[in-house]
Parts: sequence; C-alpha cells; structure tokens
Amino acid sequence: MTALAALLLRDTRLAVRVGGGALMGVLFFLLVVTMVPFGVGPDLKLLGRIGPAILWIGALLATLLGLDRLLAADHDDGSLDLILMGHAPLELAVAAKALAHWLTTGLPLVIAAPLFGIFLNIDGSAIGIVALTLLVGTPALTFIGLIGAALAVALQRGGLLLPVLVLPLTVPVLIFGIAAGDAAILNAAPFGAPFLILIALTLTSVVIGPVAAAAVLRHGLD
Amino acid sequence: MEWIALANPSRFLALAERLLPGLAAATALAFAAGLYAAFFVAPEDYQQGATVRIMFIHVPGAWLGMLGWAIMSVAALGTLVWRHPLADVALKTAAPIGAAFTFVCLVTGALWGRPMWGTYWVWDARLTSVLVLFLMYLGLIALWRAIEDPARAARAAAVLTLVGAVNLPIIKFSVDWWSTLHQPASVFRVGGSTIHPAILAPLLVMALAFTLLFATLYVSAMRNEILRRRVRTLRLLQVHAAQGA
Repeated sequence: MTALAALLLRDTRLAVRVGGGALMGVLFFLLVVTMVPFGVGPDLKLLGRIGPAILWIGALLATLLGLDRLLAADHDDGSLDLILMGHAPLELAVAAKALAHWLTTGLPLVIAAPLFGIFLNIDGSAIGIVALTLLVGTPALTFIGLIGAALAVALQRGGLLLPVLVLPLTVPVLIFGIAAGDAAILNAAPFGAPFLILIALTLTSVVIGPVAAAAVLRHGLD
Repeated sequence: MEWIALANPSRFLALAERLLPGLAAATALAFAAGLYAAFFVAPEDYQQGATVRIMFIHVPGAWLGMLGWAIMSVAALGTLVWRHPLADVALKTAAPIGAAFTFVCLVTGALWGRPMWGTYWVWDARLTSVLVLFLMYLGLIALWRAIEDPARAARAAAVLTLVGAVNLPIIKFSVDWWSTLHQPASVFRVGGSTIHPAILAPLLVMALAFTLLFATLYVSAMRNEILRRRVRTLRLLQVHAAQGA
C-alpha cells in the first residue's frame, strides 16, 4: 500500500514541477473553448445551448492529448520496468499512476470548467451541474485512456494511433455526460438517470482500464 | 483427427486446401439461390417498392460485421491464454473481413436511406452504433499495421479486441438511449416479428450465403497469412545466412 501511495505522490510531484506540463491541458481546453465561437459564430443563445457539449468535447480532447505523458516518460527512463518487477500488483500500480494523472490533468479541467462556462453563456446553476458531470466523468476518460497509453508504450508508437484507438471507447461517457449536462439547460431532459449511468461507466472503466493496461504491459514489454 | 490437431498450421493448411473448393462452390450456389429469390421471388414492399430488396444485402452485412468481432474475441482469448500462433492468424485476418462486411452494411444503408428517408445519413441509433463498430475495426487494423513483429502486434490487438468486446454492448446501449432521447418515434424499423415470411425466407438464404462467403474469405485469408509468415521467416533466415557467410 505504501508503495502505491509513494507512486501516487511521486507522479503528482513530477507533474506539477517544471517539465511536468500539468496545466498545459487547461490551456488547451481554454483554446478549444475560444475556437468554437469562431466556428459557430458569436451568437450567445446558441453558445448557451451547446455550451455543455463544448465543455465536454474540450475536456475529452484535452484529456486525450495529455495521455501520452501517462506512461511514456516512465518507459523512457526505465522506471516502468521497476514498477513491472515490483511487489505491488501491476494493475494497482498503473491505477495509482492513472489516478495521479487525473489529479494533475483531469481535476484542473474540472476546476477551470465553471470559468469557461461563463464564456459560453451557460447560466449559474447550470455551470455547477456541468462541472459536476465533468468531475464524475473525466476519471472515466483517463482510465479508458490508460489502455491507449499502455498500447502506445508497448508498441513504441505515439502520435495519432492513441486517439484513434481510444476515442470510440469514450462514446458512452460522452453521451451520458452531455445528457446529464443538458438536463441543466433543458427543463424537459432527465438528470438522474444519465448521471447515475455516468457514475456506473466511471466505476466500470476504473476496473477495466487498469486490468487491460496491465495485460498490455505484461504481454507487450518483453 | 482431434480438433486440437488443427491448431498445427500445416494441418490447418491441408484442411483449408480440402475445404476451400467446397466452401466456394456452396457460396456460389447459395448466392445464386438467394439473389434469385431476392430479385424475382420476394414481393415488393407496398410502401418501399423495389428498394426493400436492399435489405437482403444490408441486414446480412450487419450480422456478419458483428460476427466478425465475436470471432476475433474468441481468437484473442486463444492468443492471450495459449499464445498460439494460429490464434494470432485468426485474430488478424478476421479484422479486414469484418470491417468489409460492416462497410457493406453502412453503404447499402446509406443508399437505402436516400429514397426512404430523403437523406443518405441520419444519426439513428443503429446507424451510429454500426459506424462506431466500423471505426473500431479501422482502429484495430491501424494497430496491426503499426507494429512489425507479428507476435507483439497480436498480443496488443488481442487486449484491444477484448476491451472492444466488453465495450461494444455498452456503446450500443448508450447510442440507443441517446437516439431515443433526441429523436423519438422517428426511428425506422425493419425486422423483429413484423417481417413477412415471403421476405424472411430470401433474407435467411442470403444470410446463409453471406455466412458462407465470410467462411470462404476467412479460411483463404488465414491460409494466405500463414504462407505470408512462412515467407517472412524464410527471408529472415536467408538474410541471417547471408550475413553469417
């Protein structure tokens, strides 16, 4: 257990210090939010309507872009081999790494989302609900992405392959995240059901992600 | 001969040589019967007219597209549990075939949608989930093409295939939910118990023909892949010998 805690602490520290690039995702998120009005026009009513969707897409893309840092650095300097040979179960070790990654890249997105919601003319209470769906949903994105990160490391192929493999798997998270977020701006839409399903998806991916990623690393790195 | 003996690639090659002519002939016969029934026996739909005949290609394409992923999941277990090269071959060769059948389903669906719905594409639940299935096939093929060493590629692809097998039902469910939320009651329905026997019979014959076609293509693709790997090994040996001399 202490080994996992140490791993979590180490990854968090590395991410927030120089060269970690933890806040790069937030900057990218802000840029996506800024680019959308150039695409769809400055109509505040329209932006308010599609605001939750923009925030979700932005968070999804920002999460994807950060994924190659999740395991690649440890693979390059050899510490991934140490983790592989260590006593801690590999599944839990990669889960701890993914958790640290979410704390330093996913959580900042969630914290920044309310501010960006104001840019997109989402009103007060709705901003809170969208941020809540992001808080619940972004861990699922990171843990699904963990599989892609493991594949990218095992195959020594980065670039576009990772998003191509990961994006289709995130379809359910996106659907239910945006559905729950939409409930905040459309009175007719239900909130409870999609939100609970979103929680279920996150819990499922927290299990599937580390198991599959550990399988990839065990079978792939030889 | 026990079935496990088929796991020997040479035995498999011998069996494939014996099976393929029969399979190909059965495919041709089933297609002849199915296409005849589809075009000349099956009645036109009272609303859709002759375009209903697209269904005889569209629906089997969808079924075989899904069957492809199911077969890959079984092969993926073989790769991860027994690390058997023939399972690798079965895993690799099913992907392009499954993708091709899914593509046939999507294209015929679009061609059918144009006269029926007035548009080539609607974000209907079935269309969307088949599209996601197609994208996952393409991702998997991209993964195969990204790695040179076939054994390593197989293990990575096997994990991704199994993750996909777990996720595809979830994706299907969520897309259904999403579609009914956004456009209720406009979902076009074919199938279920509402289908008339005069149309159902040709459809089943066509499904049989598609399945036989799948089997023919699959067995020959596996044979080709085994031979391709042997050629690769021979070339590597040749290079090693040349360097040693």
